[in-house]
Amino acid sequence: MILDETARPLLDIRALRKNFGAVEILKGVDLAVRPKEVVSIIGSSGSGKTTLLRCVNLLEEFQGGDIILDGETIGYKTAGGKRVRLRDAELSRQRAMTGMVFQSFNLFPHLTAAGNVMLGLRKVKKMGKDEAFAIAEKWLSRVGLGARLNHYPSQLSGGQQQRVAIARALAMNPKLVLLDEVTSALDPELVQEVLTTIKGIADDGATLLIVTHEMRFAREVSDRIVFMEQGRIAEEGTPEVIFGEGRSQRLNEFLKSSRH
Amino acid sequence: MNYTLHFGAVWASFDHLLGGLAIGLGLAVAAVAIGTLIGLLSAFASVSHSRLLRAISGTYVLLIRNIPLLVLVLLVYFALPATGIRLDKYESFIGSLALYAGAYLTEVFRAGLLSVPKGIVEAGRAIGLTRLQTNLYVVAPVMLRNSLPSLGNTFIGMFKDSSIAAAIAIPELTFEARKINVDTFRVVETWSVASGLYIAACFTIAALLRMLERRFPKF
Amino acid sequence: MDAFLAQLWIARWPIFDGFLMTIGISVGAIVFGTILGCIVGIQLVFGSFLVKLPFRLYVDIMRGTPLLVLILAAFYVPAVLGLSLSAPQAGTLALGLFAGAHIGELVRGSLQAIPPGQIEAGRAIGLRFPQILANVLLPQALRTALPPWINTGVELIKGSSLLSMIGVGELLLKTQEVIGRNFMTIQFYVFAGILYLVVNIALDLLGKSLERRLGARL
Repeated sequence: MILDETARPLLDIRALRKNFGAVEILKGVDLAVRPKEVVSIIGSSGSGKTTLLRCVNLLEEFQGGDIILDGETIGYKTAGGKRVRLRDAELSRQRAMTGMVFQSFNLFPHLTAAGNVMLGLRKVKKMGKDEAFAIAEKWLSRVGLGARLNHYPSQLSGGQQQRVAIARALAMNPKLVLLDEVTSALDPELVQEVLTTIKGIADDGATLLIVTHEMRFAREVSDRIVFMEQGRIAEEGTPEVIFGEGRSQRLNEFLKSSRH
Repeated sequence: MNYTLHFGAVWASFDHLLGGLAIGLGLAVAAVAIGTLIGLLSAFASVSHSRLLRAISGTYVLLIRNIPLLVLVLLVYFALPATGIRLDKYESFIGSLALYAGAYLTEVFRAGLLSVPKGIVEAGRAIGLTRLQTNLYVVAPVMLRNSLPSLGNTFIGMFKDSSIAAAIAIPELTFEARKINVDTFRVVETWSVASGLYIAACFTIAALLRMLERRFPKF
Repeated sequence: MDAFLAQLWIARWPIFDGFLMTIGISVGAIVFGTILGCIVGIQLVFGSFLVKLPFRLYVDIMRGTPLLVLILAAFYVPAVLGLSLSAPQAGTLALGLFAGAHIGELVRGSLQAIPPGQIEAGRAIGLRFPQILANVLLPQALRTALPPWINTGVELIKGSSLLSMIGVGELLLKTQEVIGRNFMTIQFYVFAGILYLVVNIALDLLGKSLERRLGARL
């Protein structure tokens, strides 16, 4: 992938701080993602990588710093010198700009595969039923589930459910797709079908921010790897640098411990 | 003990008993329908962020669950006219039973709400649904499906409680049975037939509910 | 308000008598129902098919019939069978039979929730079945059944108000008699409601604290 190094970042995270009570989870994170870039975040559990993703999707509140998505500061505004959380309708609009795929799929159990993809199109994008269905069909076919449109989540395997979740996120035509350990809840034999799907959408030119434990996959799909440790970005660079021979001692230790 | 069974007198009035059964079912359907609305509002209030709403819901459930239904029925029927509200005995009883059902359904729906996985709520928010839309299109359908068995049990309970309408002379099954009992003095026959009708109705409703539950697979 | 308090003072003894009758009948019914319910529950779990059948039938009849119908039947039926029961006796019988079925189901459920390994462990140390029942199973089952058992008590106190319809002088009937004399309908129904509320909430709190204490131990 050839990236325009001078392009304005699609996602610009500046000095992000987040705490749960007295516990600091993110201690000032700066991260920029350019259009069409694929960035993977690695790090041990508790390093704050999932929390970072959830902040970008505004599923978590954060206490300091800014998140700027396509030029718009999201989640908070400054009113009378004070930082205030935006109203629910605004948050919803901004969330619709990003797509999120969860570790545990989180498909709507009462809706079919097509229904899962259509809900956001109908209620957020206010599309008609036929238009929404056509888009759902297109995306479900794209993830290889064109024959499973009318299946309920309980009738699908874990890998199929996760692919529906990917279609649900992509159908909203988000500027940025967030993937949160999307293979961690899958049986080993189902991991590859999901990773192949993600590789495909990366090749289509989607902008992806990925949290993953799959080092080989991260190396293969990413333009850039970010290594997080204790709420901070410890190192970042191209896959060649991060996984290469000259890597640092702590990265070496992490990679050794994360190998199954 | 030389009592011989003669069902003839009871069969002669069987149509009255059946009519009474139908009235009881009608009262229960109306009360549970209204009670479901009350219960839904009250259940959402009970899990809301507002302390006031939670307190209102909690007090309502506490009051209704600890007062006998008959006291509530008599209070509404005899005391409301003094405040200028005039209801006929059917409206009055349905209102009382709906208030009663609403308290039980609050707990049913509350449990249903707490059983909805947090992840699908987040998934709804993540695709850009507002809080209201998420409740409407994601939380409510899942919660209703999970609550179906308890909702059915509450309906059966309210159908049995419709017998209390006899206290304000609504001619439902128990009222009719008592009338036949007093008129004919075929005591054993009357009450075994009345009880048999209630049991048959309860089992039929339960069987229908199980069919309904199978139609909509559990999540 | 003053007028109400004056009338309440005049009516204090009848209402107190009614209150005592409500409590007395409920206590009688829960004692009767608990003994019956333990027998029913044990038979439903450990009885042979032929033994289970009548108990199952009893439980289903009681659970499918409205309490008011049971009460009316208990009031009218014994006389024609040559048994003479007073109205309070008939009422206690009906409430007790009703409670017996509910408690029977509670005991059955808690017995079935005990892992089968407990019986095997009892056998392994050489206990005979009645000993296992008495020393291993029932202590565990009764503990889990305790909170819903208290709830049955609340249901009985509420259900005892239906006895006013067969002329038992319990709290609701006494209240109605008082209203018949002074026509203070709202005030005295509300007052009766508050009395029921106080007793039931007290029971409810007792149940919750027991639940907490038992929850900590199990």
